[in-house]
Amino acid sequence: MESKTGTWTEKKGLAQMLKGGVIMDVVNAEQARIAEEAGACAVMALERVPADIRADGGVARMSDPDMILKIMDAVSIPVMAKCRIGHFVEAQILESLGVDYIDESEVLTPADEEHHILKHNFKVPFVCGCRNIGEALRRIGEGAAMIRTKGEAGTGDVVEAVRHARAVMGAIRQLKTMGDEELMAFAKNNGAPYELIKETKELGRMPVVNFAAGGVATPADAALMMQLGVDGVFVGSGIFKSGDPAKRAAAIVKSVTFYQDASVLVEVSKNLGEAMVGRNTAQMPEGEKMAGRGW
Amino acid sequence: MKIGVLALQGDFSEHISMLKKLGVDAVEVRLPKHLDGLDGLIIPGGESTTIGKLAVAYGLMDPLRLFGKSHAIWGTCAGAIFLSKDAKSEQPLLGLMDIKVQRNAFGRQVDSFETDLEIDELMKSTGTEHAYHAVFIRAPLIESVHGNAQVLSALEDGRIVAAQEGHLLATSFHPELTSDTRFHEYFISLAS
Repeated sequence: MESKTGTWTEKKGLAQMLKGGVIMDVVNAEQARIAEEAGACAVMALERVPADIRADGGVARMSDPDMILKIMDAVSIPVMAKCRIGHFVEAQILESLGVDYIDESEVLTPADEEHHILKHNFKVPFVCGCRNIGEALRRIGEGAAMIRTKGEAGTGDVVEAVRHARAVMGAIRQLKTMGDEELMAFAKNNGAPYELIKETKELGRMPVVNFAAGGVATPADAALMMQLGVDGVFVGSGIFKSGDPAKRAAAIVKSVTFYQDASVLVEVSKNLGEAMVGRNTAQMPEGEKMAGRGW
Repeated sequence: MKIGVLALQGDFSEHISMLKKLGVDAVEVRLPKHLDGLDGLIIPGGESTTIGKLAVAYGLMDPLRLFGKSHAIWGTCAGAIFLSKDAKSEQPLLGLMDIKVQRNAFGRQVDSFETDLEIDELMKSTGTEHAYHAVFIRAPLIESVHGNAQVLSALEDGRIVAAQEGHLLATSFHPELTSDTRFHEYFISLAS
């Protein structure tokens, strides 16, 4: 009886276990426990949430392994951690550390302005951000086993998350009605691998699990993304930059399970206290946007 | 035949696709009222803490325990933990099956594995002879079975990965992530 580890089924499979759930950014063990207690299906361990990365400026890198380890020890749910785009050595360190998923993330300062990590080289699975179908399928081509639409992290403004989810879902709807002879041109125009375009058309959905991220701050935001067709939601700054993180976290978890049930959404939206202070992305200079990072 | 799949969190849609492939009516269960008229229930893979907390919050614990007294329930991975009497951690459990489980028993994600299992009962009931290819993801182990619970399958080293207690079924692995429908067929036979 031979056992195999790090297979494509294993990598994709863990993301399938996260579906219908909320993955929360946490910066220490205490926040990780609050997230787990609220019903998070996984946590993202990082030193600073995106809102603080924005405020601080400078270069944002992989977090201190010791801080990630403390979070891994504190909770039983999966722990993810971020490395810079193209920084495969940060990824090697995170894999060796034993994190359950690596986010090759535009929230950190990119280490390579042309190439992403060849993620097939790793046993640990990767999640990557996308703004459209082409970017999503390029990342899957490199070995990403999970995708998240990027949105605009650290803003509390859901408009970019909606834009990116609509772009991806709209393209899939388009693909489903296309003739097979139209697929090569579609692949060319979207800069996407042809085989993955074919697979997406056949499946009628993204070939891997697809979450929303970047700007989700309320239960209504989370349910909005679910109704637009994503499989689950990442919440970064939206929870621990709000007035009552434990309550808001639990409310967002419920809003993702009951995203189609407005009567539940009414209940969970009540008395949550202050939401995070938002930043309107429409008034943000292009250079400050993180979503444009990734190629 | 109508089977429900607990849809609080996890890979419930994979189970629903499997059931539909077998021609069974399959529905999502999120509230106690959704259990009405079902012949059986599958509790999917996911995070057992998330599923447990939502089940408590929406009043599902007692209705599920009652349902399990007279109907078939199958838990895969997180679902197996949720069915157990003892998971050695502070989290809501249905306590329907007399099994003791250990969460994340094989390590972290990089230790997750696929392997072939010889499951006599399954091969007998489906009239097949080939091994069952099982996918384990941050899987729990069934540390021990008690009372009327029986071992259904174990790894070569004897560690238990599937158990049955009458019409209740627990597997550490994920038949819903494969194209092999035999486990779902086996469960449907328990539900009918």
